[in-house]
Amino acid sequence: MSSQPLLSVEGLSKSYGGVHAVRGVSFALSSGEILALIGPNGAGKSTCFNMLNGQTAPDGGRVRVLGQDTTGLKPREVWRLGVGRTFQITATFPTMTVRENVQVALSSHDRKLFNLIAAMPRYARQEAERLLDLVGMGGFAMRACGELAYGDLKRLELAMALANRPKLLLMDEPTAGMAPRERVELMRLTAQIAREKSIGVLFTEHDMDVVFEHADRILVLNRGNLIAEGSPEEVRRNGEVRAIYLGEGLVYDARHREGAAP
Amino acid sequence: MQRRVLLGGALALTVTGLATVTGLAPSAFAQSGEIKIGEINSYSLLPAFTEPYRKGWQLAVEEVNAAGGINGKKLVVISKDDGGKPAEAQTAANELVSNENVAMLVGTFLSNIGLAVSDFAKQKKAFFLASEPLTDAITWSKGNRYTFRLRPSNYMQAAMLVEAAAKLPAKRWATIAPNYEYGQSAVAVFKKLMSEKRPDIQWVDAQWPPLGKIDAGPVVQAVAAANPDAILNVEFGADLVKLVREGETRGLFKGRQVVSFLTGEPEYLDPLKDEAPQGWIVTGYPWYSIKTPEHEAFLKAYQAKYNDYPRLGSIVGYETIKAAAAIIAKANSTDPDKMIAAAEGLSLSSPFGEITFRKIDHQSTLGAFVGKTALKDGKGVMVDSVYRKGADYLPSDAEVEKMRPKD
Amino acid sequence: MAFYVVQFLTGLASAASLFLVASGLSIIFGVTRIVNFAHGAFYMLGAYVAFTLTARFSGALGFWGGILAAALIVAAVGVLVEMLLLRRIYHVPELFQLLATFGLTLMVEDLVVLGWGPNDLVGPRAAGLKGAIDFFGQQIPSYDLFLIVLGPLVLGLLWLVFQRTRWGVLVRAATQDRDMVAALGVNQKWLFTSVFALGVFLAALAGALQIPRDAVTHEMDLRVIVDVFVVVVIGGLGSITGAFVAAVLVSELNAFGILIFPKISIILVFLVMAAVLIVRPWGLLGRAEAPVRRTPGLTVNPWRPLTSRERIAVAIAFLLAASLPFYAGNYALAVGAEIAIFVIFAASLHFLMSTGGLASFGHAAYFGLGAYGTAFAVKLAGLPMAAALVAGPLFGLLGAVVFGFFAVQLSGVYFAMLTLAFAQIVWSVAFQWVGLTGGDNGILGVWPERWAASAPHFFWLSLAVAVLAVAGLRIATFSPFGFALRATRDSPLRAEAIGINGKRIQWSAFLIAGTVAGIGGALFAYLKGSVFPDVLGIPLSVDALVMVLLGGVETVSGAIVGAIVYKALSIWLVSQTEWSKLVLGAFIVLIVVAFPKGIVGTLDSLWHRRPSSLKDAMLASKIETAE
Repeated sequence: MSSQPLLSVEGLSKSYGGVHAVRGVSFALSSGEILALIGPNGAGKSTCFNMLNGQTAPDGGRVRVLGQDTTGLKPREVWRLGVGRTFQITATFPTMTVRENVQVALSSHDRKLFNLIAAMPRYARQEAERLLDLVGMGGFAMRACGELAYGDLKRLELAMALANRPKLLLMDEPTAGMAPRERVELMRLTAQIAREKSIGVLFTEHDMDVVFEHADRILVLNRGNLIAEGSPEEVRRNGEVRAIYLGEGLVYDARHREGAAP
Repeated sequence: MQRRVLLGGALALTVTGLATVTGLAPSAFAQSGEIKIGEINSYSLLPAFTEPYRKGWQLAVEEVNAAGGINGKKLVVISKDDGGKPAEAQTAANELVSNENVAMLVGTFLSNIGLAVSDFAKQKKAFFLASEPLTDAITWSKGNRYTFRLRPSNYMQAAMLVEAAAKLPAKRWATIAPNYEYGQSAVAVFKKLMSEKRPDIQWVDAQWPPLGKIDAGPVVQAVAAANPDAILNVEFGADLVKLVREGETRGLFKGRQVVSFLTGEPEYLDPLKDEAPQGWIVTGYPWYSIKTPEHEAFLKAYQAKYNDYPRLGSIVGYETIKAAAAIIAKANSTDPDKMIAAAEGLSLSSPFGEITFRKIDHQSTLGAFVGKTALKDGKGVMVDSVYRKGADYLPSDAEVEKMRPKD
Repeated sequence: MAFYVVQFLTGLASAASLFLVASGLSIIFGVTRIVNFAHGAFYMLGAYVAFTLTARFSGALGFWGGILAAALIVAAVGVLVEMLLLRRIYHVPELFQLLATFGLTLMVEDLVVLGWGPNDLVGPRAAGLKGAIDFFGQQIPSYDLFLIVLGPLVLGLLWLVFQRTRWGVLVRAATQDRDMVAALGVNQKWLFTSVFALGVFLAALAGALQIPRDAVTHEMDLRVIVDVFVVVVIGGLGSITGAFVAAVLVSELNAFGILIFPKISIILVFLVMAAVLIVRPWGLLGRAEAPVRRTPGLTVNPWRPLTSRERIAVAIAFLLAASLPFYAGNYALAVGAEIAIFVIFAASLHFLMSTGGLASFGHAAYFGLGAYGTAFAVKLAGLPMAAALVAGPLFGLLGAVVFGFFAVQLSGVYFAMLTLAFAQIVWSVAFQWVGLTGGDNGILGVWPERWAASAPHFFWLSLAVAVLAVAGLRIATFSPFGFALRATRDSPLRAEAIGINGKRIQWSAFLIAGTVAGIGGALFAYLKGSVFPDVLGIPLSVDALVMVLLGGVETVSGAIVGAIVYKALSIWLVSQTEWSKLVLGAFIVLIVVAFPKGIVGTLDSLWHRRPSSLKDAMLASKIETAE
């Protein structure tokens, strides 16, 4: 069981109107591993991500989660297999309180969505508060989600993504739009949770500090092709990667710390 | 927030209630010198029809009170708008009966509203004199002992037209009627009576454009394609205007006889101005050529008061109040049962001559004029018109009894 | 053969005027995102003004000049309306705009009667085009030929304007991406005003061009607007070519449909529309909408259940209402029962709209199906009252199962239009299928049995059902289901990503709302003792929308207050004035402009007026710009 990879991707491809966004990408991810997917803008990171959780249907290739083929499944079905996800631009429920956001995810995990009787404000309250405490949002439980600062929304998304006790977390630019200190904290937190619960994490990121500090392994995409894969040290030394990044002036570029504008 | 929502709700309910209580107080002690009649019609939806009607009944109220009221009591009419909706007509009827304590309900123009109020009257045991609705159901299949009707019904209009139509040589007939209950039953009755008199005729086409939305060009083409000798028309209002215009331009009516329901009523004929069709056999109201003393008296009074000519609605409105007053006067009571007893078989005069409310089905014998349309001074008129008494165009008593539910 | 050619040409002539109105609506929508319900009113005004002008100035110049002048005058009125009314409501959710323009329509209907009198008016024939042309023995009116040429001509002119002028390019750019144009520094205000003027001009021109072949009446507006909506939706909102194709399609189907099924025309257009929307949700030539604006979009205050003190207050309020029979008369009780029934109806729509974010424009369909179901149960199956009250709502449920399935595949304006189309189909069936439903003569004699017949008993019954329905909907709102529904409304992306099947949740909400509306309808049948097709009609659907809006679309149970106030007001108005449409229309416009949060929502923000309200406002505007 443990030898089976948590996530395995084989020959994933997608093109839009003749333009290849992702071309034959293959990789694997095992439990407890933190894998970063990097590459310049337009490299196909988000397309790749959206195919992993079913939001976009691939033109070719296979995605397997714990050995099960998830190609062509809908995001909600992939989620049921234990895959949590956060979005590049946060997607939360602004008219609910912070705690209710998590409670919705919990009730979905418990398959109670068609329960018309239970009172949601009391539903799995301790579990929701535990998750919020875990991401450091315990004090915000009763706040309106629509009033939160952007960094707090990112943390809330993490709590929601953890609600179905995921085995795999997909995080699309988890720290985009956050202040530098917040970024480091959030990724440290994520890494800690992942290791404790042996959750596999795949994330994309522009901030190389974050990538090189936390990733166990790094995948580099360019123009839809996987051009490098390896430990942070290996990737840092890879000539092709350096060429792309230096050519684009992206490595350690302070401007990009302000986050990629959506 | 929720507290105030629900609290507000209950409070508003309560306030409505209280307001009604205070509103109720004076009417519960109706002045003993008055007799109140509740009147309902579609004033806001159908002003073109209900305005002349209102003028008619207001004239009658004046005349009744000038003549000393009803057995010495002043007649007061409380008038309500139903917005053209049966449900609102019922609310108004309920207000008139429960709050205003009216002696009887009168009025209504649309068939469905007439039926709704008639059913209400039956349920609440209130007297109802339906003035204008045409549907046969109101006195026959859905008739009840509390409901009387003044205007000649669909069946009567059809029978009057059939009498003239059967004399035509035409063998191939087409029909054009709005696709709803009135159009469908008008065509059905006409076809039934016509086929009885003329078994040799053929029905070659039937067009059923939606009410108020006739697409006249294609309809006219389709009828012309069937090449009928004669056409029965039940369209009215704006639909009729479109039909006439397209039909004239496309030559549909050339060399064909047309028989048409109600088109001779000024309400429908006058808007057509110089485009009024010519030579159609119609039912209607040629106010300009009726020379009976009753009608001339009415016409003079009406024109003196309003400086306008009457429409058919004016006659109906006028006669409604005259009939109501006569019924209450004869019953000398506002008890529904006594009024029913008084109304059954009651005869009274009208601008069209004497009319009687039949005991068997509560239909009045008010008739209509049948004539041909023509153009005169750039206006549509009826010529060669003859008054047809309602009593002559009703089915036999046995047939009526079969149709009418037992009370 | 000649006959079919002429029939085809006749269809094209009908298509031309439909296209003129539809293209105006589509252009306005493309740029301003406003679905202008008042478009029919401008069409009608065009006809009335043209009638007056052509009557005053005779001759060919007088006629054609009068037509053109009428369109220009009405376009100027349109500019006034845009500047005084629409500019204030561009930022509010689309539902509010639809309602405001509907209110405007109501006002115009009464205003033209005040101005031109109640009679149908017949204008002159077209100067120079009075006759017909012989085509192999078939007569084609020359005016029809003129219209046939005019349609493509206008289409071509519009194309030229949009392709070849700077203004046209801006309009196209704004249709693609509004914020972009704003960012380019274009004066958006005047762009919107000019676009609205053009759209109104086209509508008024179409109306003016009707006078040689139609009567001018105060009902023209509603007659045309529903067809035009259908055409625009079939063609694709914002697409002018689509509007043309759809107008031709609808008119030709009608022209040839009546040869085979003479009774079908009223349903035909709706069937076509439903079919097109199911296959192509954005219309024939439309583009997929950007994600729908977040509904409701005015505030982000989370809802909370009642506290125990509030529960006591509710109980007291209920007792007060329940004591009404001890001091009120029969009429007041009947009005009270009617209000209670409309509370049920409005609450069911409110659940769908506020919790589900689904603004149905045909909610009366389920109310009416409940009423007809009850009437059938009594009249055809002979069921006792208690059983009929259960059987009736099942009809509402059944309708919701079928229509809801298709409707929830769409969102926003398209959802509203599809629900409207379904309601019109049901209405047409009830109105025309006289054999089954009695047509507009309705079904009579559905009176309550003795145990519920007296006014107090029926009032208590209605009140009890209303309380149960409202309480049930509240419980559902705060249940996991209600939250899943809100989650789907707030962020479909996130909802899907946490395992929520949004369409199924929305469909279920539709069933709940349809069933509850059906319960209201069942009681309504017994209250009135009869059922008529207007329980399925557009006016009733709009009534429900106004009740929800009046109460406050962002509240949990605002519709209760909305229903009570609106129903009491309209019953009172109808009994007080014959200009109820004018007053009601002005009232609706006032609410949208001045109190978009509704009564309860406004009271609520007054109650919570604290420093954070400024923050709320800023937040709301941030959300708007983010869109």
